[in-house]
Amino acid sequence: MSVDERDPHSGYKTTGHEWNGIKELNTPVPRPVYFFLVAAFLFSVVYWVLMPAWPTGLSYTKGLLGIDQRTSVAREVAGAEAGRAAWTQKLEEMPFDQALADPALMTRVRESAPSLFGDNCAACHGQNGGGAPGFPNLRDDAWLWGSAPDAIAETIRAGVNSGHPDAHMSQMMAFGRDQLLPQEDVRAVVAYVRSLFAARAPAPSAALTRGAEVFAGNCASCHGARGEGNQQLGAPNLTDDEWLYGGDQESVFQTVWSGRQGQMPAWEARLTLAQRRMLTLYLIDQQRRAE
Amino acid sequence: MTSELTTGQRQAALIFLAVFAIGGLFLAAFGRADPIAGHGWLVLVFALLSLFGVLTRYYDPEPAADRSGEYYDTPVKVGIILAMIWAVIGMFVGDWVAWLLVNPNLTFVDEAWASFGRLRPVHTTGVIFGFGGNALIATSFYVVQRTCRTRLAGHLSPLFVLWGYNLFCLLAVTGYLWGINQSKEYAEPEWYADLWLVIVWVAYLVLYLRTLARRKEPHIYVSNWYYLAFILVVAVLHIVNGLALPLSWASAKSYSLFSGVQDAMTQWWYGHNAVAFFLTSGFLGMMYYYLPKRAERPIFSYRLSIISFWGITFFYMWAGSHHLHYTALPHWVQTLGMTFSVMLLVPSWASAGNALLTLNGAWHRVRDDATLRFMFVAAVFYGLSTFEGSFMAIRSVNALSHYTDWTVGHVHAGALGWVAMITFGAIYASVPWLWETKDHVVAASRRSPLLARARRHPHLRFRDVELWHHPGPYVAHL
Repeated sequence: MSVDERDPHSGYKTTGHEWNGIKELNTPVPRPVYFFLVAAFLFSVVYWVLMPAWPTGLSYTKGLLGIDQRTSVAREVAGAEAGRAAWTQKLEEMPFDQALADPALMTRVRESAPSLFGDNCAACHGQNGGGAPGFPNLRDDAWLWGSAPDAIAETIRAGVNSGHPDAHMSQMMAFGRDQLLPQEDVRAVVAYVRSLFAARAPAPSAALTRGAEVFAGNCASCHGARGEGNQQLGAPNLTDDEWLYGGDQESVFQTVWSGRQGQMPAWEARLTLAQRRMLTLYLIDQQRRAE
Repeated sequence: MTSELTTGQRQAALIFLAVFAIGGLFLAAFGRADPIAGHGWLVLVFALLSLFGVLTRYYDPEPAADRSGEYYDTPVKVGIILAMIWAVIGMFVGDWVAWLLVNPNLTFVDEAWASFGRLRPVHTTGVIFGFGGNALIATSFYVVQRTCRTRLAGHLSPLFVLWGYNLFCLLAVTGYLWGINQSKEYAEPEWYADLWLVIVWVAYLVLYLRTLARRKEPHIYVSNWYYLAFILVVAVLHIVNGLALPLSWASAKSYSLFSGVQDAMTQWWYGHNAVAFFLTSGFLGMMYYYLPKRAERPIFSYRLSIISFWGITFFYMWAGSHHLHYTALPHWVQTLGMTFSVMLLVPSWASAGNALLTLNGAWHRVRDDATLRFMFVAAVFYGLSTFEGSFMAIRSVNALSHYTDWTVGHVHAGALGWVAMITFGAIYASVPWLWETKDHVVAASRRSPLLARARRHPHLRFRDVELWHHPGPYVAHL
């Protein structure tokens, strides 16, 4: 162990130790290392003074600039809303028929509504609004509560059987399970209801006659004497080929036997007026473009 | 391997493996309704194969009674071979998942195991823990013996650490394919594999400390500081981030003890310090031995080594929150993560500089010796990727880079450019040294003139045997 050993190449002394042939020079730490260490530390100190930085038990140092990511996000969201205000205000105030005739506004609707629909409606009604058993198809022209834009907007606002004070309320009674009708009458009325769609109408029979009697006595009050439904009550039209819960014999029997009571949430508390009206316009626009 | 154990050690190995096999059987039996059963069978097969391996060599002649004059290099060699096997597996799967990003149909089979989400951790675990981990264990065994001029403190425990660690890696990657994953990046294995790794890792730490305690050099060489930091801190990180409550003893599923943003912060405290102490500290230990050795130059500055070691160790601990910029994590934690990452650049570049300046006086070797050039490239990439890392940790830069392929590129600059290159350099350097040493020195307990010479000069014994087998000033081994 020679403390005085000097490396001929660099001119520096070694530390005097050796490990399996490896030695170390005692070169002083180059000045730039200290310089950059101090510079990086000073940068950090300045940053800590200006920004939220160090915990202080239950709180933290807020920083002189008063910047915080939560308030920054809130401000950016508010800014984005202000930027949209020009056309969202139109959405809130303009009557639907005028809005539908305003190409600039409808371009905005077509850009923004699909993600709004995807986030809020698609889970039940499907990404393209095609519906599913129990969840109405929004692209056909069969509307339970009316096809007028104001009726659609009202359904979105207050929902169906949602608990909202203005909600649509509707129930199909469980005629079989609650023993309002004997089983043979249920079967007869099911056959009758399925015969109402003209294209499928079977030959007259005794069962159909009995079905018609049962229908007149039990169903016509809501669905109408000819089964064309009642949008005041949310009673479906039974003469078209659009079925909310399925039009096959088993499904219709289930509907009559056990009843139905669908639900749609009220969106008033979750979506703004402009958003709800945008969705209404979107649905009508989709339907028109499909025709 | 068995022939280097005494009869007592062979018996101990048999008993341990038998108990281990029964443990696997229990896991398979009680967990039969759960994916954990597959791992029970895997443990059983692993234990039985090992048992068979020991039994076939059970009656081999015993080794010499006193082997304290020789290095114990078998675990090093096995570790290097295992590292290369994992490199092939891990990099193949990496190539596969890279192609999946181009065309998701390239799963070829429509099976759950072939989906990107299951293959990707096979790649990351395969290369980081399989390839990198085995290389670290193997080289740390190699380096600690040579820089301490002593034999590893144990015969069974190095083999236990090495094979136990590889069993962990195997449990990890097979688990991913079966859908066993606790969904923490770079800490995906479930609770039982985590517990097993704790046992293996503590054995590793004890083995390393005992070997250091036996050293015949008055001072501990830099490489050993780094290897020790790697072993110690990885144990702490792994245990804390792995804290979880299993559904039952017979279920692979567990729930983390942390929730929400605390869970995210714990995970990235772990994740970034895995980068720090697994992928940086450990491989710096490797570099500090092999680079000066190969360049045949003294380390540029001992003082710089000290400053950068403690700088890296201190600053890295704070930096993890830069993985969670613009998230639910409070702003002040992000500030600390960012500023400490910026300060971290200084000791990182000090280390890279220390390595590159060590090459002063040996640049002709960098030009001529491909092995040394690997190490040089590694040091350059270390500097580049630590610069990039500090840069990407700045919040406004991170706003651009996060959730893009820039992150993937950055991790590959570090993991391929730095980690894999220094490993390739170390392997190219040590394989000829190791396998030549076997021919001449280990076999030479049966009277090699070389060892005889070493015995006549005990102070030279460990220091120079390797140099004698390093013919000429340098050799291009490629």
